[in-house]
Amino acid sequence: MLVANIQVAETPLVLYVLRRADDALILGHRLSEWCGHAPMLEEDMALSNIALDLIGQARELYTYAAKAEGKDNDEDKLAYLRDIRQYRNLLLVEQPNGDFAQTLVRQFFYSAFADLYWRAMMASRDTTLAAIAAKSEKESAYHLRHASEWIIRLGDGTDESHRRAQAAIDHLWAFTGEMFAVDDGERALIHAGVAIDPGVLRGRWLQMLSDVVSEATLTLPQNDWMHQGGRAGRHSEHLGHLLSELQSMQRTFPGQTW
Amino acid sequence: MVTVLESGADLRQRAWDAVAGVVDPEIPVLTIADLGVLRDVVLDGDHVEVAITPTYSGCPAMNMIALEIEVALERVGFRGSKVRTVLSPAWTTDWMSEEGRRKLRAYGIAPPQVSSSRRALFGEQSVACPQCGSARTELLSEFGSTSCKALWRCKACREPFDYFKCH
Repeated sequence: MLVANIQVAETPLVLYVLRRADDALILGHRLSEWCGHAPMLEEDMALSNIALDLIGQARELYTYAAKAEGKDNDEDKLAYLRDIRQYRNLLLVEQPNGDFAQTLVRQFFYSAFADLYWRAMMASRDTTLAAIAAKSEKESAYHLRHASEWIIRLGDGTDESHRRAQAAIDHLWAFTGEMFAVDDGERALIHAGVAIDPGVLRGRWLQMLSDVVSEATLTLPQNDWMHQGGRAGRHSEHLGHLLSELQSMQRTFPGQTW
Repeated sequence: MVTVLESGADLRQRAWDAVAGVVDPEIPVLTIADLGVLRDVVLDGDHVEVAITPTYSGCPAMNMIALEIEVALERVGFRGSKVRTVLSPAWTTDWMSEEGRRKLRAYGIAPPQVSSSRRALFGEQSVACPQCGSARTELLSEFGSTSCKALWRCKACREPFDYFKCH
């Protein structure tokens, strides 16, 4: 049976919250794909734990987006009944897991940003977003440390792990610019003190990356051409495949509950 | 079962006692009061509203805890109680009671250090082994069997153990 997509009235606030919720859900889902497949038991548990944190953050954000929208939607409908073009996540988080290095570099780029972002968002004038931020920053501190340690271990490890880590950095670098992009709707929210300007985080983010990457004997690319589109619903082909798996139960058995 | 002779304060105490006894399904030696997850019990007529705060955003124990709270209240005569989740202020392991820390250690889990060590560059500096008490321990993995735990190993008694992460 085919289930119709829901419609979402994307006011600037709803859209802002949805974008962050989609980041957390899609990255959480990607990490959960490692469950049972990671190179060692400890990492299997680590990646699943991080996935759980992210999906938990997504639930809080979706619930708030639905409340801000004030229609008939809820966290489940927002996650399961929107199609590819309605998803607002960063292109970075939907990129396939690739090898272990690619998964950890993706995580490192995202966690370094998320950690700064959530800490800054604790000062949001929106009390719900500030509360979600206060919870999330505790989790992101662990995620960042985990990813940083792996970047150093892989980069400063064997020739093989170094080569793979550098290839992952080179491949994923062009997906990082989108984290700092702001549109008109977001600019108004920043002005109102609801959101923070991600641009002010860029210097510290880059410094954090440089410190870890140089200790890992790796290098950051110099090119500054960046992919854009995820925030507006223009995605890579990978997201469709991901959603077909993530949504298959609700699309096949509408309204099914545990 | 709720008698009209009981005062409001007595009723609330009865509700509190029932709720405070609910244990964490994943660490059954700790009650939600020990953990600091239980924030408030409010009496409205003979209906009870309980406020709890999640430990980790995705902690799957929270749904179970909410259900256990409702069951515990039913058992002592409160019908149709509600469980509300509050996010702010965010839960921290600093709220864990001394009694909770003692129980954790006796259960074989090293209790959390103070939360300022969360952002330490290389993680917790030293965690004493809950089995033999030695400080010669090492971190195996920052992520353990549940969201709130890390996996450590004691170099003195050679036993692995769980450490309740500071948060």
